[in-house]
Amino acid sequence: MDILFLLIPFSVLLVFALMAAFLWALQTSQFDDLDREGTRILGDDDPDLDVDQASPGALARHSSSP
Amino acid sequence: MEIALPATGAAPAARTASAAPAYEDGAVRLFTLAAVLWGVVGMTVGVLIAAQLTWPQLNFGIPWLSYGRLRPLHTNAVIFAFGGCTLMASSLYVVQRTSQVALFLPKLASFVFWGWQAVIVAAAISLPLGYTRGKEYAELEWPIALLIAVVWVAYAIVFFGTIGIRKVRHIYVANWFFGAFIIAVALLHIVNGAVMPVGWMKSYSVYAGVQDAMVQWWYGHNAVGFFLTAGFLGMMYYFIPKQAERPIYSYRLSIVHFWALIFTYMWAGPHHLHYTALPDWAQSVGMVFSLVLLAPSWGGMINGVMTLSGAWHKLRDDPILKFLIVSLSFYGMSTFEGPMMSIKTVNALSHYTDWTVGHVHSGALGWVGLISMGTLYYLVPRMFGQKKMYSVPAINLHFWIATIGIVLYIAAMWMAGVMQGLMWRDVHADGSLVYTFVESVKATFPFYVIRLCGGLLYLSGMLLMSWNVVMTALATRKPADEAVPTALAGAAA
Repeated sequence: MDILFLLIPFSVLLVFALMAAFLWALQTSQFDDLDREGTRILGDDDPDLDVDQASPGALARHSSSP
Repeated sequence: MEIALPATGAAPAARTASAAPAYEDGAVRLFTLAAVLWGVVGMTVGVLIAAQLTWPQLNFGIPWLSYGRLRPLHTNAVIFAFGGCTLMASSLYVVQRTSQVALFLPKLASFVFWGWQAVIVAAAISLPLGYTRGKEYAELEWPIALLIAVVWVAYAIVFFGTIGIRKVRHIYVANWFFGAFIIAVALLHIVNGAVMPVGWMKSYSVYAGVQDAMVQWWYGHNAVGFFLTAGFLGMMYYFIPKQAERPIYSYRLSIVHFWALIFTYMWAGPHHLHYTALPDWAQSVGMVFSLVLLAPSWGGMINGVMTLSGAWHKLRDDPILKFLIVSLSFYGMSTFEGPMMSIKTVNALSHYTDWTVGHVHSGALGWVGLISMGTLYYLVPRMFGQKKMYSVPAINLHFWIATIGIVLYIAAMWMAGVMQGLMWRDVHADGSLVYTFVESVKATFPFYVIRLCGGLLYLSGMLLMSWNVVMTALATRKPADEAVPTALAGAAA
């Protein structure tokens, strides 16, 4: 099973890379205000609003969609 | 195609004056259409090969219609063409909205689209002709594999470039899932794609024997984990909150879900090689990691479903939410079934039977298929300047046809699989087999017929969707043309 001499070090390297990504995320305050981040995407409808302006009635969908 | 849709393409340019960023949706729009087209093609081939398993005469003695060549065509078409186009459409849509910035290098995104279509067409030609590397889900020969690598790097540049120029400090969790999917698939493709070419359409793997099997299933299972799971979880974390108009149940849990999933996925692959030449301890490692995966999988499923907590009525009224939420229930089912089947004693019964086929399709039709359809139903009207799909009742009808199709399919395969496993291991007191293999094939016939019916239902749902998408896109033409002057006037004012 020589292949494990490739796959295991490769996986370990990958784990280190993931840990580096995680630490980067921690240090750049990615996780500082998680309560707010979940709701932010709900307000990013600008493109849709723009599209909606091209088709009357679409704005209504956003305010009254079921 | 872009020229055919001048209005929606021109509108963003006219909007640059406003505070809202102008998004680059040309590639997204094309990917949504391509996804629907390849979905129909891939599922049609699937129905054909299901019929061939039921009535083998249906290959008509034509080599390029034989099961062995069409089966990889089916898997490649549904996973990489239908699933891939949906992933690319949704990731390029989501990364712009969550980063509040237009796509990085939109022309490169167009190259990603046309390059990916070239890969798909090359697959659709070479696989029926019998060109294959013989590796499941990695069949495409080396020139096509190289093209995939080039397109994938371009895709990564567009996606991560957009993250790099984002206007929002926080990277939304869906982008972490999409990003992990893009990086992991690149690594898997490179490691498993190491071959020695011996001709234009012929190559041999650089790994031999059980080494090759280990690399193949390290690739194969992580393709399930990162292509068919992480990427679609990215969709889940954006489109369910958007469609439900509620934030994800627990954003904290979604972060934990992401890191737990990607740290544990990489070593589940050996469960595909239970009771083979692979060392026993490696099989056990694969089993343990598979069992561990149940926790993050169910955490994510609960997180998605509970987003509707307190607003369950939306599930009754909104057919797109039905697609998205029911896909998660199939995700929960198949991520429970998978770890269970990875237990060696269970695997001794299930391996090589149609139970595996049923398990795969509960994930593929139920999870990947339904969440893709829900996502496409969300995207298509927005891509064509419509407030909703041409026919909302047709979405609802599609949901029910698809769900009944899935249930028929997986229930038939469960029964067939357990029956086959029991027949194959049944021995007389003297140790001789009770059943010949062909007797188990004969006994499976009725279940193959039921599976075919399930597949036909699922395909007809997809056909209904393609009609709905085409009508939505066509309906755009007129109002959108009228909208151009308005938008331009707005920008000039």
